[in-house]
Amino acid sequence: MRDKKPSFPKPLPSTHLLGTGTPMCAGCGGLQVLHEIYDLLGPKTVFVNAAGCLTLLAVYPFTPFRGGWLYTAMAAAPAGAQGVRDALDILVRQGRLPPEENLEVVALTGDGAAYGMGLSATSSAIERGLDFLYLCYDNEGYGNTGQQYSEATPHAARTATSGGPRGFMGYKKDLFAIWAAHRPAYAATVAGAEMLDLARKAEKAKSLRGPRLILALAPCPTGWDFDPQDTVEIGRLAVKTGIWPLKEYVDGRVVHTKIPRPRLPVEEYLKRQGRFAHLFEPVRQEELLKEIQAQVDAYWARVES
Amino acid sequence: MQVTAPGRALLTGNAAAAWAARLARVDYVPAFPITPQTEIIETLSAWIDAGELDCRLVTMESEHAMVAAAGAAAVTGVRVFTATSSQGLLYALEMLYAVAGWRAPLVLVNVSRGLAAPITLEPDHNDVLAARDTGFLQIHCATCQEVLDSVLMAFRLAEDPRVRLPVIVNQDGFYLSFTREPVELPDPEAAAGFVGPFDPGTLRFRASAPLSQGVAVLGGGPYSYFRYEMHLAAQAALSVYDEIAAEFAATFGRRPPPVEAYRLEDADYAFYMTGSFATRAKEAVDCLRQAGWRIGLVRPRLLRPLPEARLRELLAGKKAVAVIDQNLSLGKGGVLYAELASALYGHRGAPLLVSFIGGLGGRDLPPEEFFAMAGVLKAAAHEGAAPPPRLLFTAEELEEVHRLRAIAGAERARLKESP
Repeated sequence: MRDKKPSFPKPLPSTHLLGTGTPMCAGCGGLQVLHEIYDLLGPKTVFVNAAGCLTLLAVYPFTPFRGGWLYTAMAAAPAGAQGVRDALDILVRQGRLPPEENLEVVALTGDGAAYGMGLSATSSAIERGLDFLYLCYDNEGYGNTGQQYSEATPHAARTATSGGPRGFMGYKKDLFAIWAAHRPAYAATVAGAEMLDLARKAEKAKSLRGPRLILALAPCPTGWDFDPQDTVEIGRLAVKTGIWPLKEYVDGRVVHTKIPRPRLPVEEYLKRQGRFAHLFEPVRQEELLKEIQAQVDAYWARVES
Repeated sequence: MQVTAPGRALLTGNAAAAWAARLARVDYVPAFPITPQTEIIETLSAWIDAGELDCRLVTMESEHAMVAAAGAAAVTGVRVFTATSSQGLLYALEMLYAVAGWRAPLVLVNVSRGLAAPITLEPDHNDVLAARDTGFLQIHCATCQEVLDSVLMAFRLAEDPRVRLPVIVNQDGFYLSFTREPVELPDPEAAAGFVGPFDPGTLRFRASAPLSQGVAVLGGGPYSYFRYEMHLAAQAALSVYDEIAAEFAATFGRRPPPVEAYRLEDADYAFYMTGSFATRAKEAVDCLRQAGWRIGLVRPRLLRPLPEARLRELLAGKKAVAVIDQNLSLGKGGVLYAELASALYGHRGAPLLVSFIGGLGGRDLPPEEFFAMAGVLKAAAHEGAAPPPRLLFTAEELEEVHRLRAIAGAERARLKESP
């Protein structure tokens, strides 16, 4: 594995495509990555959405999008993307749609749909070689309903349905590895706080055809319990502590795009969020903290070996 | 199947459905196999592979995904056909509501089959009636010819600017799906002329004209607005259907009515039912007429929208009507019975309604049961009161269940005894 220095050969877009005044929470990490990626994808896009926080971006009769939008259902975004993509291809082939009118199809879902209910539809869309970009904003819980634990919730996190002294007893599902196992055209993890890395990956994804994933960590002030002004800092700490590895799968290989050196202790990330407060107060849960640190250490030991 | 349109051919209901999709020149078919529907997508697939049909068929991983893709393609701007049965229709139920709400003008053929549990392959109408309130219009067929004709008409109905709602064309599994009947295949050019090119209307995705579809609403006001719009569009489909049927008759010489009335003019009594078993009711009507009965049949083909005024007109003044439901709303009774009762209630000349449940899971409806039902009708009319609903089931059938149990029990006992 090599450490590729994140670089982006041109200035980031200075005009922003996504309109303001949305009903998202202050400091929404999902909205942050959508802003950044949308500017790079451009307005010739149609977002096919599944039930989640960002569903409330388009509320009749208003939308912050310059391009198209289709809300489907929680499990159905990749299948909806299939229908839109196939129809556009048919129209172009039959000469009923000029090529310049064609659109990039983007499935936009949260982790609830991406890791769970919509995974069968996702797996099958990849298997069919569907030409689409899947953007998942991962806020590690069913955020829109008040942050119950999902299949993306990390070990020990407190959620509305894991309120015990040890928090969530399960372990975060590795969606990136599941995608990679399907041998898609592209898959990448990003963080809104690492804009250059994100920009390079968004451009890369845009340049390819076939199934492509951008899996974005979406720090969630309301669900994770931190001050909205700290969204960027929380995202940075997720990367610096090695909890959220930045990587990409392309041409059959996984490459880490940013190896945190020195890697900060996971505590630096955990102690900033209310969802992990029970690890520190009223008493330090040394065993749990060590377990989380050991898992992160083991991950990076595998990467760097 | 070596058949070339036009002309008369022996076709199964499934082949008739596939032919209709071909004649309508569909652009896109998202598919998923399920008995007894599978022959439809196999037939279309074979034509596509042979280069006879310019269409894209994609096998999805579920009916939920299939209907999602169907609706999404239809609102992107292409003509879409799909088909399913039974559990598949129920698996797709969430998306049936969704794509109807998108006003996606697609056509779905449902090949009726009873619902689990217990799981079965044979037909009744609980599957398609579960989709009753989705916003899909429903046309119920009794013959293979009707399947073909109804699918062609369904595209016109779905795509009409006054309607813009998806349509389910229903046929019974096995009794139609796998039964060959003589079917008149229209001339391809005449069929294409009748259906016309696909007009996406305002529903399409293109770069220069951004559009948001299926968006959320906040509050009951906008929600009610859109739901009422759909309801009114569904009701508007009644008069649109008549226009389309007139044009269909002028082109092809057949006029599939919204409600079929058979030997009804001077009738005192009538059977009321949908689907292929209604052909057995016709046979029973003929027999009873020979025996001096004044009896007929009313068979709604359109179930959504329900032609209520037409039903009232046809049934006013009749003494009693046997409503034969090939479905069962558990804990209530027959769905058609409840719907017909609500259509007739409080109207002058409304007949007595007598409810029968029969034909569940493909259970036969033999002539003698129709004769028995006619007898019940006459007694009810004489007494001026309807008897309680009847679940059609014979002593022999009960005996058969007991016999099967006895065999299984004896076999188990024998296995226990043997070392």
